Parts: sequence; C-alpha cells; structure tokens
Amino acid sequence: MSEVVIKVENISKQYRLGLVGTGTFYHDLNRWWHSVRGNEDPYLQIGDTNDRLAKGESDYIWSLKDINFEVKRGEVLGIIGKNGAGKSTLLKILSRVTQPTTGTIYAKGRISSLLEVGTGFHPELSGRENIFLNGAILGMTKTEIKSKFDEIVDFSGIGRYIDTPVKRYSSGMYVRLAFAVAAHLEPEILIVDEVLAVGDAEFQKKCLGKMKDVSGEGKTVLFVSHNLGAVKNLCTRGILLNNGKIALDSSVENIIDAYSGLDVENFAERTWNNSEEAPAFPDKVVRLQSIRVLNQDGLVKTVFDVKEPISVQVGYWVMEEKYSLDVHLYFRDNVGQTIFVAMSNRGSVQKGMKQPVGLYSATCTIPANFFNEGIIWVEYLICLNPHIGLNVCVDNAVCFDVIDDKNSNGARGNWNLPWPPAVVRPNLSWDVKQIERSNTV
Amino acid sequence: MNEQENNNNNWDLVIRSKSSFFDINLVDLWKYRDLILLFVRRDFVANYKQTILGPLWHFITPIFTTVMYVLVFTKIAKIPTDGINPILFYMSGTTLWNYFSSCLSGTSSTFTGNAGIFGKVYFPRLVTPISTIISNLMKFAIQFFLVLAVMVWLFLKKGEPIYFGWNWLLIIPLLIVMAVLGLGLGIIISSLTTKYRDFGVLVGFGTQLLMYATPVVYPLSFIADKSFKWLIVINPLTYLMEAFRFALFHHGTMSIYLFYSIGFTFVAFFIGLMMFNKVEKSFMDTV
Repeated sequence: MSEVVIKVENISKQYRLGLVGTGTFYHDLNRWWHSVRGNEDPYLQIGDTNDRLAKGESDYIWSLKDINFEVKRGEVLGIIGKNGAGKSTLLKILSRVTQPTTGTIYAKGRISSLLEVGTGFHPELSGRENIFLNGAILGMTKTEIKSKFDEIVDFSGIGRYIDTPVKRYSSGMYVRLAFAVAAHLEPEILIVDEVLAVGDAEFQKKCLGKMKDVSGEGKTVLFVSHNLGAVKNLCTRGILLNNGKIALDSSVENIIDAYSGLDVENFAERTWNNSEEAPAFPDKVVRLQSIRVLNQDGLVKTVFDVKEPISVQVGYWVMEEKYSLDVHLYFRDNVGQTIFVAMSNRGSVQKGMKQPVGLYSATCTIPANFFNEGIIWVEYLICLNPHIGLNVCVDNAVCFDVIDDKNSNGARGNWNLPWPPAVVRPNLSWDVKQIERSNTV
Repeated sequence: MNEQENNNNNWDLVIRSKSSFFDINLVDLWKYRDLILLFVRRDFVANYKQTILGPLWHFITPIFTTVMYVLVFTKIAKIPTDGINPILFYMSGTTLWNYFSSCLSGTSSTFTGNAGIFGKVYFPRLVTPISTIISNLMKFAIQFFLVLAVMVWLFLKKGEPIYFGWNWLLIIPLLIVMAVLGLGLGIIISSLTTKYRDFGVLVGFGTQLLMYATPVVYPLSFIADKSFKWLIVINPLTYLMEAFRFALFHHGTMSIYLFYSIGFTFVAFFIGLMMFNKVEKSFMDTV
C-alpha cells in the first residue's frame, strides 16, 4: 500500500451570500462579541446546503460540508460534479487560496495548483521576463527557471517573440507561453482545474498529454473537470461532489455512471406538462410536450459511448387539424457549431398531409460510431411543411455527453492516444492491401 | 484519526481552519525571495515601458515640486527653513515624504489590487507589500542622488556648506524606520479594506492631510510656540523628518521623542503583521 500524501479531514466551507455592507458589519460585530466571551460563532449553526436552484432561507450557505478523503502517492484523482457542486471551492482550499471554515488538510510534498495559466503575466513585460515572473509566482526559484528556460521556450514554440511584450501576443501565443511555464513545474502533487479545457484542441491535447506524463512519473494529480472523457482517460479514482458533499468515492467508471444518473431530467430529458408554459405556435395549434435522449434500451441517459446508437425522441401536441408539420433537430457541439440537422419530413409523415389532432412522438436515431467525443446540444424545432413562417423552437433543449472508453472496437482501432480533433468520428470501412511484392522503388 | 497520529506523520503542509495571530511563516517568505526581487523589477521596468524619459521622471517630479514649494512657502508665505537653503530643505523633505507616502499607498492596496493573482495561486502574501517597499526604495535612492547633486551644485555655485560626516550614517536607520512604518500602516489598512472599502478612500486624502501635519514644508522650530503644536508632535513622522534633516544638514530638531517614533513604528508593524496574517488566509471570500 503506498503512502497517503493528502488527507482531508472534515473540510467545510461557509460562504455568505449577497452584498457586503452595513448588515454584514453588524454580523461581524456580533461574531466578534461571541468570540470575546468565548462562545462559538453564531452563524456557523445556520446555513443551507449548497443547491443553487433552491431558494434558501439563510444568507449563509455551506459550499462544502464535511468532506473527508485521502489520496495516495501516484494516484490520479478525478473530481467531478455539476456546476456549483463545490469543486472549485475544494480546489481553492487545497491550493491555499482560501481557508476552510472547519477541518484540516494534511499534505506531503510540494503542491502546485494550476487554477489558471499565466497568473501574474504583466502585459508590458517581454515573454522572457514573464517566464521568470510567472515561474516565481508558481513557486520556482530563479536558478530553477534559468536551468529550464530553453526547454520552456522550446515547448512554447514562440522562440522568435520571446523578447516582445506579451501584450503584442495573440491569445494563442499567450496561452502557449503560460502553459509552457506551468508544464515545467515539478511538484509532487499537481492540482489541475478544468480551465485547461480552454484553448484550441491541439493545446488541450498537449495539456492532457503533459498531465499523463506527470502521473506516469508517480506524481499525484487531482483533476477537476467536466470533460468526462478526459477524466475517464486519465484518472484512476474519482470523487463525485453533489451539493457540497461527497456523493460517491469510487472507481472512475462508477463515478461517471453516477454522474450521468444525477438529475437526469436536467440534462437529457425535458417535458412541458403545463400547457400554459409549454413552447407553442403563436396560434397555439402545435405545442411541444417533451424531448429526451435514449439509449438502445429506451432508457434516458446523459452519457453515451461513441460506439452506441443514440435516439432523440420528441413529443408534441396538435390541437387542430390545420397544418402539415416538420420536426427539425439541430445537433451542436460544445462551441455552438452545428454538426448536422435532422428533418422528419422524409419519414413516415406524408408530405402535405394535415396532421390530425393528438399527441405525437417522433424518434430520430443516430447510428453508433457517428459523433466524436464531447458534449452534444440539441435544438428542438417544429415548423410547417413546406416551411412558411410559423415555427416553435427550444435552443439547447437537451444535451448529452459522448465519451470513448478506449477499447479497441469502433473507429479507434488500436490507436490509444487522444483522438484527433474532429466533428464526427464515423467508423468507415478500409481496404488495405499489398499491390506489389518488391522492395525496389 | 487522532491528532497525535497526524503529528507523527511528518506532514509538510497542514491547512487549518483556524490560525493563530502569531503564526507568521518566515521560512516560506525566504523561499520566495526571488519572487520579491522579480516583483521589484517588474514594478520598476513596467512603469517606464513606452515612455521616452523613462526613469528620468523620478527627477522631474521632485524638481518641480521643490520649485513650487520654494515659490509658495518661501517667497510668498515667507516661512523660514531653519537656516537650510530652501531648495535643499524642500527637496530633502519631499524626497523622504514621497518615500513614506508611496510605501503607504502602495501597500494599503495589497489585497484589493492583487485579488486577481491571489485568487489563483498561493505564495506568501507578504511578498507583495515587501516588494512595494523595496521598489519604492529604489525610487528614493534616485531622488536622494538628486538631492546630493543639488547640494554639490549649490556648494560650487554659492559656497553653501556641505555637512558631510558621521551624522550621515543616521540616514540608513531612519530610512528603515520610515519603511517599516509605511509597511506597518499600509498592511493594517490593506487588511481592513478587504471587507469594507471605507479605509481605502481615507488613505488618499489622509496622506495629503498628514503631510501638512508633518514638518515637510516648514521646520518644527517654526511652530515651537504655537498652540496646535501638540498636533504636530504626536505625529510619529515629525521627529523622523526632523532627524533626517539633522542628519543631512546639521540643522533641525534632534530629540528624545525620536524613540517615541521608533516605538510607534514597531507597534504599528506588529499589529499590522498580525492583522495581515489573519486576513490573508480568507480574504478571497470577502474582497
């Protein structure tokens, strides 16, 4: 059993909501008065759990509550959770940016945290000067930076601009330089936030590759991300945070399953039961009823493997036999680029036939091996056929995540590096054969 | 898991929810000494990027201030200068005053001005105010050479005496006291402003008012018999300023009250350190 390098005991963090002003000054005085008399902080007794959707009673909220876990040397721990589950707060406490309200953390070895790259870059200074400044902020000494300077410049690939002020850099060059510095830290424990997910695909690949190297050297990595594919690829263990508490501490596979089961209706299923609020045509003849993402067994899911077929099922009410309708589904990737559009008019509904009154369901199935990894957003639109003006649409109606578990079926074959950036990943047929049996050119 | 067992485990780092007032990590600060120097360099270099005159601006400000002071206070208001040449009197006064006020205003915005960096990465927060003090010291050195140059020029031109001697050695401890006072008051204010910004507003015009309560544009001897003298005397800066002039010119008031200034300085510094230490751990939540 390898040695425990991080031990987190009963960590909780309370935040006060709302503005700081005269009201908080009264609370501060009251708190101070309690401490003078040796009493406990009166405001620690109260506080709601961290659920940003629910409107709480109290001005105080527990962003984290009673977090306990241990990390062993060489482990790569993935921390996942919805927005606002407390991931960032936990990272901030671990990287000593802020202090926990209660609890203690014990750690062994040098901790470096990458909550952001390029912290402390000064726009007026040259790339060279910023390497030293940023390196020192991240905890390197001047001699350390000097010895790695050439490596850093090489890695960044911007050697020609190294004496130009960074304010003249393109944002890409800026990030490259910043990451190059961060990549040459040599901590025993590395804490990485999902901010590394910004930047172009090549850069992301470089980041993930570097993290893999780090974990390969027996370093401990804590990785927070929304990118389930990356978590699955990199991590050996996972922690799922929900509403400021640890919902599950288990293997990565279990964590991802649990995450996708969390609040399914928020992601992969949407229904409009209230006829007043449901999106509808201006003349109310057509009303949206539901949209859900299903796997091949007909179960609502948020995470799909690239090798699974995915069905999107929509429901709508027709209140009057008046129109011939056409359902359109727009599939978009995380940056809003449309991958493709599916239209129902070529299906079973005959062109020009008015649809009788009733509840309809339409299902569109995307074959296995179609999407590349990533989050897919679906826009749900119903319009007339032929299209003349009237329509109803819900942008980002549902979303789901496509991930790759890296076994060797599908388009991947035995390629075990990250898949090159691409919009789709079809599993095409290949025919490779020898056409000449000779070694002369 | 009990406390005993954790202590035996040789943890390199322990993050606790409560920290004591006196838990100042000097070892950590020493580890980051390169960062202090790089911050000093950044402040100095970045200030003069894309200017034509560059560091020459350090000369221009005190020269014009001195010209104005000589015109207003000597020519118009006819305030005496303790037998020191008015140009030297005002120039030395503003040089030392500028050092104090830039230390104070620089360090008092430590938390609010660096929230961006502090929110993303840990390093001992004390690095920033200390680097401010040092980079201002460089500015002071440049301006002090200007004072010396003017002194030599006046000696050659008008035969004004130069009081060079052992007394000049006093300048160094006086500067240290001035720096520590600026740092101490600055970090007190910066600790107070993380949650309530009221004090930050105060610093701006507060230092301006304080300058008139310090013998910068008049000698202490000039107000010796005035009824409001106590107001000037309780100001710890008063005797520092006077001692500075005494060290340079052998004119001015050197008195036992200097120890009051020194005592005040160290009390302010330790209160500041304690407050800073308390605030730095959690200021990100309130800033």
